[in-house]
Amino acid sequence: MSEISNQLENLSFKAQQLADQANNLASTVVDTSGGHSDFLIFGITVLVLACFVGYYVVWSVTPALHSPLMGVTNAISSVIIVGALLAAGPIDSNISKYFGLAAVALASVNIFGGFVVTNRMLSMFKKKS
Amino acid sequence: MSNLSTVAYLVSSVLFILSLRGLSHPTTARRGNFYGIIGMTIAIVTTVANPGVLSYKEIGIAFVIGGLIGSVIATRIQMTALPQLVAAFHSLVGLAAVFVAASAFYNPTAFNLGSEGNIPLGSLIEMAIGTAIGAVTFTGSIIAFGKLQGFVSGNPLVFKGQHLLNLILGLAIIGLIAKFCIDQNPEYFWMIVAASFLIGVLLIVPIGGADMPVIVSMLNSYSGWAAAGIGFTLSNNLLIITGALVGSSGAILSYIMCKGMNRSFFNVLLGGFGGEQAASSDGVKDDRQAKQGNAADAAFMMKNSKTIIIVPGYGMAVAQAQHALREMGDLLKAAGAEVRYAIHPVAGRMPGHMNVLLAEANVPYDEVLELDEINRDFSDTDVAFVIGANDVTNPAAKTDKTSAIYGMPILDVENAGQVFFVKRGMASGYAGVQNELFFRDNTLMLFGDAKKVCEDIIKGLEN
Repeated sequence: MSEISNQLENLSFKAQQLADQANNLASTVVDTSGGHSDFLIFGITVLVLACFVGYYVVWSVTPALHSPLMGVTNAISSVIIVGALLAAGPIDSNISKYFGLAAVALASVNIFGGFVVTNRMLSMFKKKS
Repeated sequence: MSNLSTVAYLVSSVLFILSLRGLSHPTTARRGNFYGIIGMTIAIVTTVANPGVLSYKEIGIAFVIGGLIGSVIATRIQMTALPQLVAAFHSLVGLAAVFVAASAFYNPTAFNLGSEGNIPLGSLIEMAIGTAIGAVTFTGSIIAFGKLQGFVSGNPLVFKGQHLLNLILGLAIIGLIAKFCIDQNPEYFWMIVAASFLIGVLLIVPIGGADMPVIVSMLNSYSGWAAAGIGFTLSNNLLIITGALVGSSGAILSYIMCKGMNRSFFNVLLGGFGGEQAASSDGVKDDRQAKQGNAADAAFMMKNSKTIIIVPGYGMAVAQAQHALREMGDLLKAAGAEVRYAIHPVAGRMPGHMNVLLAEANVPYDEVLELDEINRDFSDTDVAFVIGANDVTNPAAKTDKTSAIYGMPILDVENAGQVFFVKRGMASGYAGVQNELFFRDNTLMLFGDAKKVCEDIIKGLEN
């Protein structure tokens, strides 16, 4: 009797272990692929649609303003500062944070520089008086 | 990411689209720029409000330092130096992309990308691609900046096996990305960066100075794709949308520039066009004499004309002649002539460069016309005044199938009653092709520095 009950106990213990392992595996699968691969497809959708928007909007820009267009696109491409801020965000200092801070500084040169120079250019375009 | 910040990012995306849309006309353009500023402000505030962002002080310092540097440079820069400024700014976006990717690689938890050494495959690929594009943009833009600023020779630098080397490097980067994705070793990350830096240099060195409008636009496009690449790493739609807008904008501008030269994008990228090589390969000796005039003749003839079209080119920018040119135009208008300006798509060193310089000199934008708008009018025009432009007026582009510029759309200045060419000497243009126009009966050459010639004509007009 005691032997059987021992075996049963063993078995149930093993079953429990197996269940735990399965659980762990499942959660790693969700961690590594689940949420992210969903975004990949979603992100590509957004990218393609935004390219079409960009195509039509940019063709409508008058050739006389192609230099200011470069100024504005240069400034808004520095929206990469969003990533830089997240990188620089944590309190504890490590290499990752320093990269982030450097990126914040670079992107802000571009944001201010891009918008200021575009504004300067545009303020010069005047109609015949 | 909470729903609120997602909505805020969407609002900034829409504002960015509106800011580009505003540039469809000079009257709405400044409002467009304002939309862009609001969009950027919303994006930054939303991100700083993120619970993971806590080091306000350090971020503030980095932001203020960067902002001050950017504002000071942008306020002081001369408008003739605009192309190199834009190239320099592109390089910063590229480097920032590399830094953000590096940061995400070393501390993936801050970006919800799993733990260190255990980053999901998809994120690794996105990170590696974003890094590679960013790194190419960085060094490529620096070389473009150097060429435009004159630190690096504007002549194309070509050597044997150049394209093979680029191909090998390109394949090496793909191999490194694969290795990086398999064992997530930081060494491979930095090897990708190094190889991409190198390829960025090699891609731009063979390209000559006057092809820079294409290259500056192309790098503009790259900086957008780099931002979009980082957007995938961060699962952030704002970055993807903005990156796509900038990417397609740059691509369209490169396309317009290539069309303006009747060359394929690939042909421009292969490089080696223009500069000394092309000039010497032309080799045909020309013994014909061009008629030479002086400023007093030109002043007298223009004073008695009804219609004048001015064709400015890069030479005008180099000589900083735009203000003197506008003054000359004003005097001619006062004398009763109709004065207009004709701009070729590839005039200058960046798209729209001439328009900005003329606007800076207070030329009203409705007197400045594009090639399609004004080209038919040359035949009814008394005087075409070409200042610092050459290849874009060469009729060989229409007739001579062997010419390097055959098929390029040109301004039909030869149809005008009288053509004045302001040039420093008889040297051929960038494409190394002799301009047939110099020897026509109705052409008069005005040799000298563009600004000096304009000032001499002004004196002649005032007498």
